[in-house]
Order: sequence, then structure tokens, then C-alpha cells
Amino acid sequence: MDTLSHLAHGFAVAFTPTNLLWCLVGTTLGTAIGVLPGLGPALTIALLLPITYQVAPEASFILFAGIYYGAMYGGSTTSILLNTPGESATIVTALEGNRMARSGRGGAALATSAIGSFVAGTLGTMGVAFLAPTVVKYALKFGPAEYFSLMVLAFITVSAVLGSSSVRGLTSLFVGFVIGMIGVDLQTGQPRFTFGTAELLDGVDVIIVAVGLFAVGETLYMASRRYAGKDEIVPLKGSLYMTAAEWARSWKPWLRGAAIGFPIGAMPAGGAEIPTFLSYAIEKKLSKHKEEFGTVGAIEGVAGPEAANNASAAGVLVPMLTLGLPTSATAAIMLSAFQSYGINPGPLLLTAQANLVWGLIASLFIANVILVVLNLPLIGLWVRLLKIPAPQLYAGILVFATVGTYGISQSPIDLAILYLLGAAGFLMRRFDFPTAPVIIGMILGPLAETQFRRAMTIENGDWTVFFRHPLSLTLLTLAFVGLVGPHIWAWIEHKRTRGPEHVPGDA
Amino acid sequence: MSTSEQHASPPRLALPELLTGVGLLACAGAVAWQTLAIPVSPLYSKVGPTVFPYITMAGMIVLSLLLVLAALRGGWQPQEEKETPTDWKAMGLVAAGLVANLALIQPLGFTAASVIMFVLVCFGFGSRHPLRDAMLGLVLALAAYFGFAKALGVNIGAGLIENQLNALIGAVLGRG
Repeated sequence: MDTLSHLAHGFAVAFTPTNLLWCLVGTTLGTAIGVLPGLGPALTIALLLPITYQVAPEASFILFAGIYYGAMYGGSTTSILLNTPGESATIVTALEGNRMARSGRGGAALATSAIGSFVAGTLGTMGVAFLAPTVVKYALKFGPAEYFSLMVLAFITVSAVLGSSSVRGLTSLFVGFVIGMIGVDLQTGQPRFTFGTAELLDGVDVIIVAVGLFAVGETLYMASRRYAGKDEIVPLKGSLYMTAAEWARSWKPWLRGAAIGFPIGAMPAGGAEIPTFLSYAIEKKLSKHKEEFGTVGAIEGVAGPEAANNASAAGVLVPMLTLGLPTSATAAIMLSAFQSYGINPGPLLLTAQANLVWGLIASLFIANVILVVLNLPLIGLWVRLLKIPAPQLYAGILVFATVGTYGISQSPIDLAILYLLGAAGFLMRRFDFPTAPVIIGMILGPLAETQFRRAMTIENGDWTVFFRHPLSLTLLTLAFVGLVGPHIWAWIEHKRTRGPEHVPGDA
Repeated sequence: MSTSEQHASPPRLALPELLTGVGLLACAGAVAWQTLAIPVSPLYSKVGPTVFPYITMAGMIVLSLLLVLAALRGGWQPQEEKETPTDWKAMGLVAAGLVANLALIQPLGFTAASVIMFVLVCFGFGSRHPLRDAMLGLVLALAAYFGFAKALGVNIGAGLIENQLNALIGAVLGRG
């Protein structure tokens, strides 16, 4: 009941005209950048970080959350009509969604993904509202050792378990650590990794890193890939209203998708890709229309993963708000927005910043309603955005990248760092290194270091503290299993399948 | 991703990946150099400011060696990625646009530098209407300057174009 009264209070915060306006701006902008290839929520929120110097925390977080949710809706439109996933979490949507669009059922695919996103997003937001206070109760018992071990677990899952290679994921993470350590060490005042220059004493701004990796790196990559062939936009055909049969085939996948997505998102592992793939596999198994999968496109294969995607996006907010633990690049940048207000997300946030947290959660419910309206009746508007030609789109992205970076301190050195990071981003994209762990490592690395040193100071430099506390030991064991387990598993599989020459159809 | 490695006939050295690994090893070297340069007061000898840098350095060395090993075994890039040729001309033009922006933003101001970058990047991506692109770039840069910069309170270096426009706006507002 406590949660309900908090929520009622939150709605009072969110329903003020200004905050409603921020929500509308955020969701509209979020849908737009979700639709546009090459732009994502992490980049957009990074570019808008200076707004934290201008407006109240409630307003900017309502804006950021609107962008975050909106990008999830917009990304599915691109996946369905263009077959180029706008976001990594909508890769699966493209599988069936684009086939549906090609066979003239694009309208139904867009409708089931928008309504499914709404259903799952609303359920997920409810999950945040009810789960967050419970998590806080446990989190209050955490000491520095437990926090550090929890962060180690998050590092491992974010970089090594998700993604195609644990070595490359961890490499990205460690590069993020190095960037995060640049500047003055807050506990001793010693400069680190500054190469003796005064410009690096303040550290490297997260805006520069996010914009360099996501905007400049992506633009360079797209320029280098011009021979790779172009995707064509499938014209939007078919009614946007789903038939009774399509409703009947959609509602169960929505609920199942939400049930898969939210818990996985809420775990300190995060990541929206795994739940979408899981949901797709389950829907394919349960569907009565298996022949449509991979041929004309099955509506279940859109409804389930889309719901899972949005529910896990909501779930990511649980560790972020209760533990200060971001598990996606977007969440990490939101965490740096908290820091820019001098707010430390953690177990005390829910009580110390009740207005902010509950206003934010309430605004997420409102954002979902706005988004389903923006993405169904107004879908034609977003389809038009897809027609922006690539040259002007990427040139424009670079103009905004310049504004965001040069605006920090009017220093050409910042721009030089931006372009260097852009070159690094290009190489990472080219050689299949994930970029999100860089941002997470950069933001969360220094926090982990603080907890590590705090724990060590309490114990007089005895590092066994991380193994003596049972909870800390459990978390570290989980991290170890996450790091080594998949390799052992692959090795066993390899041994087992060695007998027959080839397993047909199961490569 | 591991399947493509297994199917590749004899594992052979993948040069681009090897360079990536070696480059990262060089980065680890730079990290080591900077870590050794951190002055440590004996007060903090156990949990001082160098503990994490040392851990990071060790991690980076191990990871770059693993990458070099993977490169020696044939690399990790999927075949499709290897076969697509890199469009060096397009990339070069985009990079030229970035360098031009960096060089010109202080002498000419944000808007003028952005227009030059915009045209170069569009050209790199295959647009053949430099004049139209310049107009588009101008509109976008001004929108970014006045909308984004003023709304967010970000101070972007004003050049000739911005100063003229600011003076014009000032004059119009002053009279009105």
C-alpha cells in the first residue's frame, strides 16, 4: 500500500503542465531518434546532459526517461520497415517483422509491436514501482565489499556473458576503466593518466566519449561500408488495425514477453538482447503457425520479442535506481546525470529523493500512453523520417556532435579527443568490439574503485574481506561462473559433437 | 562466431586483427607508463591510487595477448565483413570534414566551420549537390546554434555569421 501512496504522489509530480510537456518532448524525440538509424538513446541523452545545469532534476529525468522509452518504440518501426535494427534490442523484431511487412502485413506488425510495447512497458513500470522498495530493503544491508562484488558481477555479465566474445567485451570494459581513471584521484588528489597535461586533470567528459564512440565512430563506419549494399524501405501496407485473429495471436506473447523481459532486465546483468532472443525462441516453439516463421512472418515473433524488449528496458531501471548500478550504456549516462546534480543513486534515493523517483516512475506510465498514440495514429510521420537520405543524416549527426562537444568548454582539444575516440569507435565497430562496456566501465569503474578502497580501508588492507562475507563471496562466485562457465560449456559441447562428422541443420 | 573460425580451412594469420591486438598491447604499455608515474604517498601504500591502475594494466596485457593469439589462429571477423571492401575515399572525405571543422572552428566560428564539414561529409557519402548541401548545413547549424545552444545554455564559439545574426536580432528586438 505504501507503494500506491508513493505512486499517487508521483502522479501529482508528473501531472504538472511543465513535466507533462517534458514527457511529451522526450517521447517524441525518443521515437524520432529510435527510428533514425545511427542515433540511439545513449547518444541523445549524452548530448542533452548540459540540460542538467538548467532545469530541476525531475524535469530532466522525465525527459531522459521519455527518450529512453521512446527509442524502444521507434527502433521497432525501423526494424519492421527497413530490416535495419535501429537498436540492438530490436534485432529479433526485424526477423519476423520485416517479413510481415514484405508480405503486406506491415500495419499489423507495427500495431502488435506498439501495443505490445505498451502492455509490457506498463507491466514493467509497475514492476519497477513494486520491486524497487523491496530491493532497497536488501540493498541497505550492503557494505562496501558487497557493493564491489556486485559491480564485478555486473561488469562480467555486461561485457563477457552478453555479446559475441568475452575477450573483446572485457577489452572494451578495460578501455572504459582507463578513460574513467583519467584525472585527479578523488581520495588522494593525485593526477592519473593525464600524460602531464592540464587539460586532462578534470577527466574526460562522458559526453565526449559517448558522442565519439556512437556518433563519430558510427559515421566513419557507415562511410567505410558504402559498398555493403543498401536496405530498401518496405512501403507501409495493410490496415493498422489488427484483426480479431491477430489480437488472439498477440496477447499471450505480449504477456510472456513481459514476464521474460522484466526479470532479466532487473537483474544486475541487464541487457535487452537476451530476453528478446529467448522470447522469440519460446514463441516459435509454442506457435500454432510455425510455417509462418521465416517465410511470410509470424505475428507472435514480433509481439513477444517487442514486449520482452520494453519490459527489460523498464527492468534496467530497478538496479539503476535502487543500487546505482547501470547495466546499459543509456543507464550509465543517466547515472552521470544524477552525479551532475550531486545525487548519488543508491538505496537512499527512494526516500531522499522521493519526488524525483516516484515522479519519474509515474511519468513512465504517462510516457507509455503518449508513445502508443505517437506510434500508431501518427506512424506515417515516422515513416517519412526514414526517407532522410544518408549523406545529410550523417552530416547532420556530426554537426550536433560538434555542438554537444564544443559547447562543454569551447576547447578544440575536446574536439580533438572526440575525433580520436571516433577513430577508436570506428575500429571497435569494424572489429566487432562492443561499445556499451566502454561507457559502463568509464562510469561504474570509478564507483567500483571507491567501494573497493573503502572496503580495504575498513579491513586495514586485508583483501580476503571480499571472500569472507558470504554475500560478497556468492556474488564473486556467480561472476566467476559467468566468465568461465560458457567456455567450459562450449568445450564440453565441442567434445560431445566431435563423434559424428556433421550435425545436419544444426550448425 | 566460433563456427566460422572452425570452418575456415587452415587457420592462418589475420593481419588486421593482429594489428588490433598489438595496438592494444601498446595501449597497455601506455597505461603501465602512466601508472608508474603516479606518485604514491606511503600513507596509502595498501589501497592507494595505483591499485586499480595496476589491475587494469594487468587485465589489458592479458586481454591483448589473447587477442593476438586469436589473430594468429585466423582472427575473429566473419567472412562477410572481410569481403566488403572499405570505401577509403568516403572515409577520407568524412575525416577531412572533421579535421576542417577542428581547424576552422576557432578562426571562423561554429556555423561556418559546420557548413564546410557538412558539405564535405555529404560529398563523402555520395551527395553531388554541394550548393544545396551548404544551404542545408547552414540552416541546420543555425538551428543547432540558436535552438540547442541557447535552450541548453551552452556557449558555443560565435564567429562572423553568429555575430552578424546576433547583432541583427538585437537590433530588431531593440526597435520592436
